[in-house]
Amino acid sequence: MNVAIEFKDVNYTADGLHILKNITGVFPEGRITTLVGPSGAGKSTLFKLCNGLRSSSSGEILIKGKKIDEYDPVNLRRNVGIALQSATMTKGTVLENLELPLTLQGERIDKDYAKELLHDVGLSEEFMERNAKDLSGGQRQKLSIARTLVNKPKILLLDEITSSLDRVSQHDIEELIEKVNKKYGTTMIWITHNLEQAINIGQYTWVMMQGELIESGDSSLLNSPKDERVQQFVKGELG
Amino acid sequence: MSYLTLSLTLIFVLIPIILSKTLNLGLEKDTIIATVRSIIQLLAVGYILQYVFDAEHFIYLSLMILLMIAAATQNARRKGASIRGITWKLIVTFIFVEVLTQGILLGLGIIPPTPQFIIPISGMVIGNSMVLGILFLNRFTAEVEDHQDETELILTLGGTPKQAIHRQLINSIKASTIPTIESQKTIGLVQLPGMMSGQIIAGADPVQAVQFQLLILFILLTTAVVTSIMLGFLSYPTLFNERMQFLKFESK
Repeated sequence: MNVAIEFKDVNYTADGLHILKNITGVFPEGRITTLVGPSGAGKSTLFKLCNGLRSSSSGEILIKGKKIDEYDPVNLRRNVGIALQSATMTKGTVLENLELPLTLQGERIDKDYAKELLHDVGLSEEFMERNAKDLSGGQRQKLSIARTLVNKPKILLLDEITSSLDRVSQHDIEELIEKVNKKYGTTMIWITHNLEQAINIGQYTWVMMQGELIESGDSSLLNSPKDERVQQFVKGELG
Repeated sequence: MSYLTLSLTLIFVLIPIILSKTLNLGLEKDTIIATVRSIIQLLAVGYILQYVFDAEHFIYLSLMILLMIAAATQNARRKGASIRGITWKLIVTFIFVEVLTQGILLGLGIIPPTPQFIIPISGMVIGNSMVLGILFLNRFTAEVEDHQDETELILTLGGTPKQAIHRQLINSIKASTIPTIESQKTIGLVQLPGMMSGQIIAGADPVQAVQFQLLILFILLTTAVVTSIMLGFLSYPTLFNERMQFLKFESK
């Protein structure tokens, strides 16, 4: 198993709070890993460490075998894309938001490619000239995913991207994740609260609780977890 | 004007105090403090200026300008307390603006190199720069705080800190310089500038007073734009670390 990201005894502390505790584990390359756990487990913070938006307080993070600090932050973030739960939009149209990753590099997006990306996430091309701030929560989330794909990242971090979507849209995004993973071999790491999604779509799973990595391995571990806390979480007895 | 006549002008201080008292506005204390401070400060400056003009010595001239820069920095730094090293950034900005404007004025022989010209113009330049600095810092800290998500979004997409803060920076520069530009559009139509009015009242030729006023207006335009841009470009890097991470920001 090739490794995309490796955590070696990583800790993260902020404002006196120990948010991530001794995290040691790997995210396999080219696979879909789901990251599950109750709220406040430190999942989103872990993503920010992978993308270089925050630095660990101690320990080592390796991206494809190389220490994260040895990467240029801009190149790292273009290769380790992240779609955040907030799906923040900048002032402007859908097209302007979509091509933002390229605008930042002084380039423009090809219109046909823009249409293809929007189509992939389930938005029609009619949306292109609409004001991005007028989109619904679900539409913003779809646009946010499409925007992250523009950089063609090798690793894609998805933070609860389907939580505000209806069932049909959720299904579209699940298909998209599988399609991108197969087509480009992109390593996908996906925070989800939906355990069904985690088992069906995920090939590998991390279960985190209170800043600790409790269990990791093949997604089937969610069917028969060893740890008592994970058993409780799977039964829905923990937040 | 005699001191007796001058004392009669205190009627204009009494009016707001009476109105404040009647309407319970609570402005009496501040009005009295402002009045007493302005009397003491201006009289002191009057005597100091007289001494400096008579002495005609470079050291006194420099001390006067340094005093202005120190007072302006002290006043403006509170607005930018959430920006690391704001005191030095303000000092550098004020010195740069002063050197730039005086360099052009003296270098091109627009004004003679005498304290009578250098000190009042420096006062206007540094004073205006201070107001612009306050306006800019006020707006910039609010913009940065309100758009933290947007800043972080651009970083996640592979943008540089400069790109991540660009919109907030431009908005703040524009917002702080607009009042200067707008007020110049109506100058002479709505209001007669203080310096020009003062010269005319003192008996100067109105055309010459207008010429000097124009000089000041153009200088203030440069001062406004240079202050905002310089403060902006000195301030934004402190919001990020060397790993291009956006540091936690809270306006104070």
